[in-house]
Amino acid sequence: MTTVTASRQAGSALWRNVWRNVALPLLAILAALLVGALMLAFSGFDVAAAYGALWSGIFGNARNIGEALLRATPLILVGAGIAIAFRCGIWNIGAEGQFYMGAAAGAFIGLQAGSFSPWLAIPTALLAGALCGGLWAAIAGWLKVRLGLNEVVTTIMLNYIAIGIVGYLVTGPMQEANRYNPQTDEIAATMVLPRLLPGMRVHAGFLLALLLPALASILLFRTPWGFALRAVGFNPVAAQHAGIRVNVQYVLAISLSGALAGVAGTVEVLGVIGRLYENISPGYGFTGIAVSLLAANHPIGAIFSGLLFGALTTGAELMQLTAQIPSSMTFILQGLIIAFLVSFRALQGRVWRRG
Amino acid sequence: MEWLIGLQALLQATVRMAAPLTFTAVGETYGERAGVINIGLEGLMLIGAVTAYAVAFASGNVWLGVLAAGVAAAIFGVLFGVVTITLGANQIVAGAALNLIGLGLSSFIYRAFFGSVTDRAIQPLATVEIPLLNQIPVVGPVLFEQNLLVYAALLLTPLAALVLNRTMLGLALRSVGEHPKATATAGLSVIGLRYAAVAFGGMMAGIGGAYLSVAYANQFVENMVAGRGFIALAIVVFGRWSPLGALWASLLFGFTFALQLRLQAQNIPIAYQFLQILPYVATIVAMILLRGQSAQPKALGVPYTERT
Repeated sequence: MTTVTASRQAGSALWRNVWRNVALPLLAILAALLVGALMLAFSGFDVAAAYGALWSGIFGNARNIGEALLRATPLILVGAGIAIAFRCGIWNIGAEGQFYMGAAAGAFIGLQAGSFSPWLAIPTALLAGALCGGLWAAIAGWLKVRLGLNEVVTTIMLNYIAIGIVGYLVTGPMQEANRYNPQTDEIAATMVLPRLLPGMRVHAGFLLALLLPALASILLFRTPWGFALRAVGFNPVAAQHAGIRVNVQYVLAISLSGALAGVAGTVEVLGVIGRLYENISPGYGFTGIAVSLLAANHPIGAIFSGLLFGALTTGAELMQLTAQIPSSMTFILQGLIIAFLVSFRALQGRVWRRG
Repeated sequence: MEWLIGLQALLQATVRMAAPLTFTAVGETYGERAGVINIGLEGLMLIGAVTAYAVAFASGNVWLGVLAAGVAAAIFGVLFGVVTITLGANQIVAGAALNLIGLGLSSFIYRAFFGSVTDRAIQPLATVEIPLLNQIPVVGPVLFEQNLLVYAALLLTPLAALVLNRTMLGLALRSVGEHPKATATAGLSVIGLRYAAVAFGGMMAGIGGAYLSVAYANQFVENMVAGRGFIALAIVVFGRWSPLGALWASLLFGFTFALQLRLQAQNIPIAYQFLQILPYVATIVAMILLRGQSAQPKALGVPYTERT
């Protein structure tokens, strides 16, 4: 008898998980596409042509799929990092700045380390990126636990400061040799990440985007440290009473979060762009927030939501090219997806409490 | 005398740069006093900026544009309320969504409707000199030779303080942010008061954004708010959740913006990027200096449900 009840409970828990983490996100995506369609129609665009272009921009041919993987890579890394911070209840809105710091570190090593073996130099660059992104995030963590400053505001301010620093680097000490454009020289050829498939730009960084979220998930859900981190996110006061050092957890969580965003920046420089320049990120740090939220702040889930948002980005580019729809449509869709998802989850919470 | 003229120009620019921050921060002060934090101010300001520009461009009337911006952003404020007040969703998450929607929507509208327009400038908002008062040395030109929106920001703030601190409506709003259960027990609608606060906050952020497009730049530029919505959030904290405090804090940040522009024009041997980040560094420094004096509303960010 007990085994039957237990398995029934396990079954209903499974269904609840599927409902919460698969069905509700899909519903939110549908609702967002519907609102997007109304908006396009209202603005006088051909909705069928627009969404047709969006679809073929994603699945039209193998090259497009490779491009979606390429775009998903930084989003997954940033999103998985943000998930760690959000699980701990520290609102890291500063992944954009942490990404810039990682990109700067990656470019620095990439420019200097051409004479070393890539087996040594590339991991060094990735570690440097993680370190710079992590330390940049740690500033906000330290300001929160030592001085009580709200991390939402400080991380956002640190974004602008990081972008300013990179702007300075590429017009000053790190500017290209002929001093023409606000950018660095190209990184050493040995430092460029190898491509995974012929004819596609998707590179070895994508493998990191599969590996690191998996490691982050093990850390969060299978280790005592991860348990302590999540306990702080659930209830910091209770965690404190249970003997968990809440302040330490906050700083560690946001640093790890920043380290992943930093790696994303390094990977983008070594794998795609090949140099550092101003405005190197088209808002990956902000889209990463959406990636994490859509995945219910689960690093493995961030792989899937990152792929979705990467695909949306490539699809939107074709939509702009063939149907003249401004590509800023992606931001609207991303915002709508999050808004619908939090609404659905809140609504469902209310229904369950009543039932 | 040259330094005096320089100072006067600097302070004049300070007040001009402070006005959009003042509108937005005073509105958000009301929202937060009622217990709702909206980190989507940046998105609301962008919606205001593009709406004001589009309506002013189409109608030829700047004031119609400002009005439309206030209404449009208030509607988005109410939508934010539906998600956070009625459904009780996390306010930070909903605010992040609002920022993305505002960024995307403003760029979308601009590119879709103005992408092919060649002459995109609109009639700038005229400077209105207040006779006699503008003759006062330094103070005259700084405070009394500005456009009407600047005067509106300067006059609205004491009014907002008066309503919040000295009227029944203000008392009700404040109590909703401190102890919503008690407010409900007193027979007032927590939900209704919070909706009013976020609608007002939306309207003010919309006008703040409108200021940037119709009074400051005379055009719309994608992502032109450039973090001012987030700075306004810091201003609310810095101003200790009072409208007058928000005005002073806005002036301080307006000063850093004005100083930064002025130093850039002076060709001093500091990389311009370091001047550009001045307002953002100032935000953090200001927060450090004012730490620990929190007057934060007790129920800030906590959704209200009638069940215990």
